[in-house]
Amino acid sequence: MKKLSQFFFLFFLFLSSSAQDNDLLKLLGNDKPKKEYVDYAFKSSRVIMSHSMELIRPGVMDLRILHRFGNVNQGGYQFFGLDQATMRLGLDFGLTKNMMIGVGRSTNKKEFDGFIKYRLIHQAKGPGSLPFSLLMAGGSTLNSTKWADPSRKNFFSSRLAYYGQVIIGRKFSEGVSLQLSPTIVHRNLVPTLQDPADMLAIGAGGRFKLSKRVSLNFDYYYRLNPNKTDGTLNPFSIGFDIETGGHVFQLHFTNAIGMNERVFLTETTNDWAKGDIQFGFNISRSFQLKKRK
Amino acid sequence: MKKLLSGSLLVILTLSLNAQDKYFTKTGNISFNSKTALENIEARHKSVTCVVDTKAGNIAFAILMKGFEFEKALMQEHFNENYVESNKFPKAEFKGEILNNAEINYSKNGNYSVKVKGKLAMHGETNDTEAMGTMIVKDGKIQVNSIFNILLSDYKIEIPKVVSDKVSNTVNIDVRCSLEPLKI
Repeated sequence: MKKLSQFFFLFFLFLSSSAQDNDLLKLLGNDKPKKEYVDYAFKSSRVIMSHSMELIRPGVMDLRILHRFGNVNQGGYQFFGLDQATMRLGLDFGLTKNMMIGVGRSTNKKEFDGFIKYRLIHQAKGPGSLPFSLLMAGGSTLNSTKWADPSRKNFFSSRLAYYGQVIIGRKFSEGVSLQLSPTIVHRNLVPTLQDPADMLAIGAGGRFKLSKRVSLNFDYYYRLNPNKTDGTLNPFSIGFDIETGGHVFQLHFTNAIGMNERVFLTETTNDWAKGDIQFGFNISRSFQLKKRK
Repeated sequence: MKKLLSGSLLVILTLSLNAQDKYFTKTGNISFNSKTALENIEARHKSVTCVVDTKAGNIAFAILMKGFEFEKALMQEHFNENYVESNKFPKAEFKGEILNNAEINYSKNGNYSVKVKGKLAMHGETNDTEAMGTMIVKDGKIQVNSIFNILLSDYKIEIPKVVSDKVSNTVNIDVRCSLEPLKI
């Protein structure tokens, strides 16, 4: 009996040591699973017109050139809208892993805008996993056109509007990311009494990857308290993100001319149902300002 | 009883002998670069796992692809998302043997040039690989160094045409691992 147990013991030892020889890496035991953040939910920091749940990385500057053309249904004489263009030039900066800021200027109303976006919760898997990301974005816009009536008393504050947004998003899989963004836009000066000073809206956006470098994106806002008398509509954009090395091209169709939150939520008058849509594109070009060690 | 005792003594002896045969690290360094006239892409990894069995003459490496750090954030994103697809294929592994293991005296300080042959698995593809390197034995520790090239096409890592003049198909890999005795 003793001999038998001894034999088994040795045999077992022999087995285990020979098993180790076959796979050296197993010798070290399995690595403890680590918390792993989920990144790259969107190719860029915008879905199409809205802020996405992604941030640009710290030390990176993103030059964004946005174009919206005229209505496609104007026909060949207007070259399907390409004869008319409005644009926004913007610069975004990644400050920390969880914070970015940006400024821009649009030709529409000669409007300046600036924003800050901060990530409070970062989607993660593994130990301490979190099912979604939560971000906050806030910004303001400044209309710099000349006063319509210089003879009356005009206030600088009338030029300003503000917006605040919570972005809740989840990268469901490699190919699918979705987000919801409750938003408030406050205008210091509204055109008519029917216009709400505080416009509430809920945004929905998503991306579906078609290949490694191309995705289909959509971006929509449902406004909760619109002015029903001025003919403004909910903005909806749909298009493709195409990545080519250092650039991301966002080619899309939209009914929103505006390229900041105030304009596309309160001044979108084109109607998808009537074919009043525009072609638009965003070009994003990243520059690494601060080299990483 | 005596036999059992002697048996277990033997066991302990073999165990401890085994232990001296094996060296490892979890903080090895691997860097790579891809050089073209237009762009120089470099990345570093500081937590490479490496194990050497000096008795059997085996060597193995494991590396988490996400751990490569690039100078430019965008390069890192493209590396993980578009090239090695690190969510799909999180690990690269090399398992091989030291062909001239008999020439190396692990108990004596010295520099030894080594030839290693084995299989490198990455991006869902496995290829036979050979590399020359050096092993520096010093005071019971082993420094493993090697520089070799791989072809991205061997691992089905595609380079899109638009960036074919910026990303080279040949990638130069530089391994530097300092191994310590593995105590079981």
